[in-house]
Amino acid sequence: MISIEPKKLQHMVRDILSTQSIEIGCDTCYAQLDQFVELVLEGKDASVAMPLVSAHLDVCGACREEFEALLFALRSLSQQR
Amino acid sequence: MVSDRTNEAWLAALRGSPDPQAVTDLRDRLLRGLRYALKQHYSVTESDLEDFVQDALVRILDNVESFRGESMFTTWAQKIAIRAAFSELRRKRWANIRLQDLVPEGTENDDSAETSPFDWIASAEPTPEHHITQQSLRDVVAQVIRDELTDLQRQALVAVILHEMPIEEVARRMDTNRNALYKLLHDARQRLKLRLESQGVTVEDVLEDFGSE
Ligand SMILES: [Zn+2]
Repeated sequence: MISIEPKKLQHMVRDILSTQSIEIGCDTCYAQLDQFVELVLEGKDASVAMPLVSAHLDVCGACREEFEALLFALRSLSQQR
Repeated sequence: MVSDRTNEAWLAALRGSPDPQAVTDLRDRLLRGLRYALKQHYSVTESDLEDFVQDALVRILDNVESFRGESMFTTWAQKIAIRAAFSELRRKRWANIRLQDLVPEGTENDDSAETSPFDWIASAEPTPEHHITQQSLRDVVAQVIRDELTDLQRQALVAVILHEMPIEEVARRMDTNRNALYKLLHDARQRLKLRLESQGVTVEDVLEDFGSE
């Protein structure tokens, strides 16, 4: 039997309730991720410029993990120079 | 050292038979990027990192023509390296875990007690009041998951949301791909959303309730 922690239940319900009728999938998100991450690096409001990518990252843990790692890598590389 | 090639220069150097110096520069850069991205939070060795970069280089060189110039070439390349690394890390981390271990058989509408992963349902009474308690929220969620979803949707939802199994790992076990599984989960979330809304569940309910627990 699985017991679900309150936090997880909360996240799950929030994810469900924030579902949009139009969402992009992982492939489309990935195709635009380089563009998206550069907007973030430039300090622009990427979620306004690319709302569908932003919404996908809110809901898809795997894509979000990759985005955060990519952002961190690029930030570190640019600081190092 | 860090090179400041333009996108055009990268493409010219890597198309056809790649310029060895450009490949070396790119490899160095990707390796440093992955080191930053992964060393702190994931248990990876330097040789893992080199393997990921090697994988990524093959993919990059095979797909140079598909680069659309919407970002810097090195950003695009780093994205591919990150994907290569996570695919492998996730594959390893979840290697010995089967979906059946996460989602016991017989989760269909029969309530044969112990086997159901939705035993966090106590009894699924309809919820009358506006304010929804944590327990009744559990009940409602469990019931709509049971009623609204196909077996496949239910299995995917449990694995991805409750167990945080990466979506591509679930997809592989279901003989599908990440994108298709995302769509399946999206359909599932849409169905659940309609039902939860019709039961009067709001985000505010959820936030309110959990503050006090
Ligand atoms: Zn995704």
